[in-house]
Amino acid sequence: MKKSPVPLLQNGLRADGRAPDQMREINIAVGVVSNADGSAMVSYGLTTAVAAVYGPREAHPRHLALPDRGIMRVRYHMAPFSTKDERKSPTPSRREIEISKVLREALEPAVVLEQYPRSRIDVFIEILQADGSTRVASLTAASLALADAGIYMRDLVVGVSVGLVENTVVLDLNGLEDQYGEGDLPVGYMPNLKRFTLLQLDGAWSREKFLEAIGLAVKGAEYVYQKARDALKNRYMSIAEEIHGR
Amino acid sequence: MASISPYGKRFISYLRREQIRRLLSTRYRVDGRGPEQVRDVEIKVGVVKTADGSAEVRLGRTHVVAGVKVGLGQPFPDTPDEGVLVVSAEVLPHASPYTEVGPPDESAIELARVVDRGIRHCRYVDFKKLTVESGKAYVLWVDLYVINDDGNLVDTANLAAVAALRNTQLPAVVKDETGIKLDRNNKSPLPVETAKAPVAASVGKIGSVLFLDPTFEEELSLEGRITFTFSEDKIVALQKSAGHFTQAELETALDLAWKGKERFASALKEVLG
Repeated sequence: MKKSPVPLLQNGLRADGRAPDQMREINIAVGVVSNADGSAMVSYGLTTAVAAVYGPREAHPRHLALPDRGIMRVRYHMAPFSTKDERKSPTPSRREIEISKVLREALEPAVVLEQYPRSRIDVFIEILQADGSTRVASLTAASLALADAGIYMRDLVVGVSVGLVENTVVLDLNGLEDQYGEGDLPVGYMPNLKRFTLLQLDGAWSREKFLEAIGLAVKGAEYVYQKARDALKNRYMSIAEEIHGR
Repeated sequence: MASISPYGKRFISYLRREQIRRLLSTRYRVDGRGPEQVRDVEIKVGVVKTADGSAEVRLGRTHVVAGVKVGLGQPFPDTPDEGVLVVSAEVLPHASPYTEVGPPDESAIELARVVDRGIRHCRYVDFKKLTVESGKAYVLWVDLYVINDDGNLVDTANLAAVAALRNTQLPAVVKDETGIKLDRNNKSPLPVETAKAPVAASVGKIGSVLFLDPTFEEELSLEGRITFTFSEDKIVALQKSAGHFTQAELETALDLAWKGKERFASALKEVLG
């Protein structure tokens, strides 16, 4: 592994000045795409994901429709200008195809698809700016967009990443830590049901560090969940104001 | 390109699913195994003479062939002093009634990428020894061919890839007026450290029971599926696919996967030496 150009951890602080268990600044806005049935924009530091939900709507192609439940379609995609170095080809890469699949599988446990027989729910996620942890920011954005669309859900799914940097477990990896750290563990979590719906890992982790990281991910997810809830509430308040006036 | 649920049109009859579930709640499985038992493993290397390395693995009735071809290419810009690994997977139309002819779908891509991550993060292959002069490097093309899918492709394909790499002979590099190329008449073994071989073990969840090595039928009945890849005592890759897990289930799954890994590792050891 190549050495980082700057120390990733110094005097207990990370390269961007954060403590190991500190998230970057989180910004969440719900209802950012007016044409969509639901939408959300989520940023973790520089990493920015926009999710738009269309549906429930008629399932097309028709042969995909299921008589007893709805189907969900998820697409994760990175804008060509979202990466630091060269332009990313807009053609979906193998990485994007895999992430689309794991995000779908992370959202499915939360969405009550049985409520939508013969229908389809589309979730489109676009990364506008990438600085690490894109799939977990996507997950938070997608579940907020689903909630904004009024889709029946068992819980929100919030995403956070944890990582291993100089053998220290850290929360919310940025691009630098993702590239030069020893391990990356993206997590999707339903905070009320206390269930993990997304788990991936690379790097080399001992059992102890892995379990410590899972514990930190839960804390991070609970923190993000509060922010996500507030953003959703704000959205509903603004709709109420629109209807009833002030 | 987007991921659509449920993947394909894979169904199991309600009655069969209930049978699997009920039996499992008494800690028995339809094929007679207990939850902590893996199916019989058979590993053969050097099965394809045209490849630079090959292996064939049978896990119960699941059958995967891995072939390695060595090429020359450019190293990745972020690792200029290392060779290149490219893992691809192809689930053949032979493999199950649900498989269609066409380019690899998202499941095949996921399969390849999970196996790839295991190999990449464990130093089983010494990629530093795979550079050649003038900014070029060896490229290891590992192709995973699923011939019959009776469940748990990840564990099977991982064993096949690891065994095929152990079996790989690296062609020498020769230089002539047209540049550098490979000489397949002059080969030497690929540098691998067998003690660090990555071993994947998948855990399924049905009801409250966690079990190793799910079969195809069990995969159609799952409420959760997670794969851990170990190298020595470290976790080097992990992939949750279907469903969800509590923190306690996750810990149990990790311990269970470790047991499965021990079983697979001992089968692998006979071949790797």
